[in-house]
Amino acid sequence: MNALVKEPTVTWTDVGAVTDVPRRGARRVPSPRGDIAVFRTGDGQVFALIDACPHKGGPLSQGIVHGSTVTCPLHGRVIDLATGEATGVDRGTGCAPVVPLEVRDGRLFLGLVGG
Amino acid sequence: MTASRERLVVIGNGMAGCRAVEDILKRSPDRYEITIFGAEPRVNYNRIMLSPVLAGEKSFDDIVINDAAWYADNAITLHAGRAVTAIDRARKVVEAEGDLTVAYDKLILATGSDPVRLPLPGADLKGVVTFRDLDDVDQMVAAADAGGAAVVIGGGLLGLEAAYGLARRGMKATVVHLMDVLMERQLDSAAGFLLTEALAERGVETVLSAQSEAILGEDGKVTGLKLQDGRVLPCSILVMAVGIRPSTALARACNLPVGRGVMVDDQMRTGDADIYAVGECAEHRGIAYGLVAPIWDMCKTLAASLTGDEAATYEGSLLSTRLKVSGVDVFSAGAFAGGEGCEDIVFRDAGRGVYKRVVLQDGKVAGAVLFGDAADGGWYFDLMRQGADVRGIRETLIFGQAITEGLSGLDPSAAVAAMSDDQEVCGCNGVCKGQITGAIAAQGLTTLDAVRGVTKASASCGSCTPLVEKLLKLTLGDGFQAQTGPAPMCKCTHHTHDLVRQAILAQDLKSIPAVMQAMEWTTPEGCASCRPALNYYLVCAWPGEYQDDKQSRFINERVHANIQKDGTYSVVPRMWGGMTTPDELRAIADVADKFSIPAVKVTGGQRIDLLGVKKDDLPAVWADLNAAGMVSGHAYAKGLRTVKTCVGSDWCRFGTQDSTGLGMRLEKFMWGSWTPAKVKLGVSGCPRNCAEATCKDVGVICVDSGFEIHIGGAAGLHIRGTEVLTRVASEDEAVWTICALVQLYREQGWYLERIYKWMDRVGLDAIKAVMADETERRALYDRFSYSQRFARIDPWAERVAGRHAEEFNPLSRRLEFAPA
Repeated sequence: MNALVKEPTVTWTDVGAVTDVPRRGARRVPSPRGDIAVFRTGDGQVFALIDACPHKGGPLSQGIVHGSTVTCPLHGRVIDLATGEATGVDRGTGCAPVVPLEVRDGRLFLGLVGG
Repeated sequence: MTASRERLVVIGNGMAGCRAVEDILKRSPDRYEITIFGAEPRVNYNRIMLSPVLAGEKSFDDIVINDAAWYADNAITLHAGRAVTAIDRARKVVEAEGDLTVAYDKLILATGSDPVRLPLPGADLKGVVTFRDLDDVDQMVAAADAGGAAVVIGGGLLGLEAAYGLARRGMKATVVHLMDVLMERQLDSAAGFLLTEALAERGVETVLSAQSEAILGEDGKVTGLKLQDGRVLPCSILVMAVGIRPSTALARACNLPVGRGVMVDDQMRTGDADIYAVGECAEHRGIAYGLVAPIWDMCKTLAASLTGDEAATYEGSLLSTRLKVSGVDVFSAGAFAGGEGCEDIVFRDAGRGVYKRVVLQDGKVAGAVLFGDAADGGWYFDLMRQGADVRGIRETLIFGQAITEGLSGLDPSAAVAAMSDDQEVCGCNGVCKGQITGAIAAQGLTTLDAVRGVTKASASCGSCTPLVEKLLKLTLGDGFQAQTGPAPMCKCTHHTHDLVRQAILAQDLKSIPAVMQAMEWTTPEGCASCRPALNYYLVCAWPGEYQDDKQSRFINERVHANIQKDGTYSVVPRMWGGMTTPDELRAIADVADKFSIPAVKVTGGQRIDLLGVKKDDLPAVWADLNAAGMVSGHAYAKGLRTVKTCVGSDWCRFGTQDSTGLGMRLEKFMWGSWTPAKVKLGVSGCPRNCAEATCKDVGVICVDSGFEIHIGGAAGLHIRGTEVLTRVASEDEAVWTICALVQLYREQGWYLERIYKWMDRVGLDAIKAVMADETERRALYDRFSYSQRFARIDPWAERVAGRHAEEFNPLSRRLEFAPA
């Protein structure tokens, strides 16, 4: 993540409140690079990934969130929310890119480039 | 006393201020001439013990840290109940009420924090208090003496302790919490659930996910709290325990750098070299702490720097939390954030109400939540602070320090071999090692099931299964056969589907967390495999009572449409018995045009599928279909899907009965029901079987003399013809029988097990026997009918009306820029 934060042109954009994302669930944020999936785990942690499974591009935001993973709704790949990587037997088969995400005062900020 | 002594002034007579002075005196008793200002008119007491005072478990005298003699003995001047009004940094004096001016050489700000007061209408009514000092406690005690009800806003540590104290004093106490988990910063949802239950047993009710709207009053006195959803909770005292804010007014007024708190460096120095800040008013490296342990650490550093040891630094604190509610043992430390290299170890003991979770990251303890038995909290916290590598003790870590250190150095098999014969293996059934090895040898047992059957070891909660298996291996060597028989539900549990379903009924388990605790799940919140299963089992067991957990449903059942490979959805409205009308067809055509739906397909189940609908459009599509009288076809559900029919005696020259009518009647009665896996019905009007009823889950073949009821067909991955279950004479009997049969399947089927697989497992004869028993069949039908009262609701119409709107709308508008 540090490598991403180093980008000098990153702008942080408020996309909503942490509580707008259901526990053990996700919401989508449309972007020029396709949807971004913002997840919130049962323990209240939040993560953001590009909303596409490394397997066949399934929308991860529509999967079941358990622990700090999500199960892709299309073919059941289990993706680690912190790294975007496939886990278990599928480890090493690809990765959904991580989107920089910060929480400030209960609001979600995504790190974007441009402007 | 000599004139050469430096003058030290401390603003704040609380825990931080006095501890700082104590630490300074310990290091250098004669260095300073000390003056302490305290806002409260009393000596220094242990604020964190106010909760036991409120609960009547301690008195004020018990919690005094430093009495008047301490101030006198150390020649400290105490101005209690006298507020400081200003700091004059140029003249180096503090000014206090009553024209008092005291000069300082060094100044410590230990002003603590103020409780946050929500700006609700009615917040200034009498009886609305915070929970910060002894005056607050006195007000609460006085209210409790008058009896009645109390409401506490805030389900954090302090709020819960306040509510518990008020309940102990005989009030009906209710905690109102904005979040859906109590103490959500410290607890995971499993522990939060247990806490809610434990508090209920102690007379504290909990209202979660509740937003306060207004405080109601009469004659200037509080009478209740109104929530945003309209509920009113009556009360004669209302406690706001929603957090604290560092008290920084003095620092701000004299232009010291202030963020959230008064900013300090690693020596606890503020922006002024002679002014220090410590405790809850201070902000160090961006953090303002609200717990006692960091305060002690800060005081130690502060005392060092004020007595000439400039090398001492404060580097921030790791936090741990304990709840002070009698009989409720709760501990929390560190983080539960998942991520790469993270691993959960979970232990539950349903009998003792224990839940423990330790989170490992890269072989080190990253966090721990303990509920019901927090004795090892300190040990885990130590391991965490030391950053100790725990990979070597991973196997026993969760059982705590005593067991881990007792077994250290032994490999697991050696540890089992080293157990004495009278050591207990199975706690549930009280079986010792000797009994197990004895039975294995004497009776020639070779499998886990056999050991369970003979000794009962590991037959209840199953948590000692690995140990019993090791004993088998140890006793038999190569003769050991690994476990066969019904597999556990998933990797989160040792239990089979059947055992879990039995427990749900027998133990009145009515939520997913309740099942996980009672059945000792080995993960904090289950997985994508067991959560939907449990959700179904609870829906089936407690119709009308169980609150469906949307997040435990597969996406199709969450959004009531079928996800397609490109992330769009398909929509299938119900066509009862495969019948439709020109109006319905026109409405479908209009919807397809209006929303540019790319594909319209006739399905095998005699309905029409609209493919390629964007998720955001779903509610609007449904609204139009609803307007034409159509409801969800549940083509996405583990539930009743279609009832396929032929035209029967209405039109067909061979038709023997009204197969279309029977199909529609079945569908209208059974729609909306959830089942272990999808259920498709077919009704054919004669044995020519145009509705292909003999490859459906349940089929009906009409004959001249009545109706043949078929079961267990499939035309998917496997192709199977049905078996005949029974023959009945009337349409009524056909409906009763089919509903009873489906209910039997609903109650016995394992989640995702189709009817034919269920039939193979339990046997057609067993199903026939139940259905032949009139009383039993009747009872099954009645349970199905009752359940249907809550199931025949169109989920589309609910969502058109706004239910779960967040599911269909993006979180924010479209971003202008791409993610970094």
